Amino acid sequence: MSDTSPVQVTVNGAARSLDVSTTETLLDALRWDLDLTGSKECCAEGECGACTVLVGDRAVNACLVLAVEADGLDITTIEGLGAGGDLSPLQDAFLQTGAIQCGFCIPGMVMAAQALLNENPSPTPADVREGLAGNLCRCAGYQRIVDAVLLAAEGPAA
Amino acid sequence: MRPFAYARPGSLAEAFDLLEDAEPGDVRMIVGGTDLIVGLQSGKIAPRLVVDLKHLADLPAGIAEIDGAISIAAPTSLTDIIADERVRASFPALVDAASTVGSVQIRNRASLTGNICNASPAFDTATALLIHDAVVVLTSRAGNRRVPVADFVLGPRSTDLRHGEIATAVELPLPTAPMGTKFARLTRRRGVDLATLSLCCAVGAGRARFAFGAVAPRPFVVTDESGVLADPEAGAHDRDRALLELTAQARPISDLRAGRDYRQAMLLVLSRRAHEAALASFHDGALNATPLNGG
Repeated sequence: MSDTSPVQVTVNGAARSLDVSTTETLLDALRWDLDLTGSKECCAEGECGACTVLVGDRAVNACLVLAVEADGLDITTIEGLGAGGDLSPLQDAFLQTGAIQCGFCIPGMVMAAQALLNENPSPTPADVREGLAGNLCRCAGYQRIVDAVLLAAEGPAA
Repeated sequence: MRPFAYARPGSLAEAFDLLEDAEPGDVRMIVGGTDLIVGLQSGKIAPRLVVDLKHLADLPAGIAEIDGAISIAAPTSLTDIIADERVRASFPALVDAASTVGSVQIRNRASLTGNICNASPAFDTATALLIHDAVVVLTSRAGNRRVPVADFVLGPRSTDLRHGEIATAVELPLPTAPMGTKFARLTRRRGVDLATLSLCCAVGAGRARFAFGAVAPRPFVVTDESGVLADPEAGAHDRDRALLELTAQARPISDLRAGRDYRQAMLLVLSRRAHEAALASFHDGALNATPLNGG
């Protein structure tokens, strides 16, 4: 078997062809092969959620998917949320509530929150906390992050 | 990660070919990968071949009712199991247990068979599976072998999966008599934490059983032979004596999550709470799906 395998993925709506090593994760492929560095690497073992991306409509940890497994998947990263350089309503809500401190966890938080809102457009605070239970914020800015998701849920475009 | 080959067979027959060509210790199967990839990253698991079971035409993800049991195919995610109406109606304790696994992101990838085959002493779905007499379906070229989850898990990280076999499904017999169940779990924090201990209590007519997890090398079932725990009229003192007899069968260890004595003490506390809820649920005639978090 060769050292690399061809993989076809759709990332943020665009078809991409990659040659990946079996030891690469989807997160490695996004960051290093596609230069999409919004998804962060932190714990690299599914504890912190900083690498959260959407596969279809669902949030997954990109560090816990092998790049070769991703063949055929439809992936959305933080770079794919806004349109034409504008922020998405959810991203805007994070700014409005002051939810962003150091910012490192925010791409993962936003993607996990987007997955929650896709499934449940009107979450309760408890729903938001459960939806974000897999995302750690080192700055401990959880309250404003929850506020941001609730604000976006109330907004017209959520 | 040590380099390995990755294979994506399109059928069970292709998967069997791959397994048979590999040395027993050199091959690992992947469904969700939420445990496997952590092991690959740390080097604790170093296979030469990883076989992906998510694209087998004859083993699609899905949940079906077959011969009085709910059969959950290996590639089915925990998220889809939790959302399934039949599972929710008949196995609320399994829904509660599966809902505590990792996080939304983990449950979107992780599978029930993977959770079983990983065989952690603390695996979250274990006690609910044991209390419902769940069976793992092990498929090989020779056919299917059905092994109760209680027997399949031999010890920490050790199972009865034989070379050439694939765990293709988990079967849960539909309860034939009314039963009240309750899952309970103790963790240091709610999200993404391994269980300090977990348990599931089932109360039926004349009988109460518990499955205990993370308090012995493998999850196990104990039965209240006295009948006290199935008796709604029994006094608190008698109940506690019966519960003590059951929880005394645990053999907890001390580790980074808790000391042995604390585990033993909390096992009784959570058993008491879960038993009250299961008993009430049985006598209300309705299965109780409200989560009980001891943490």
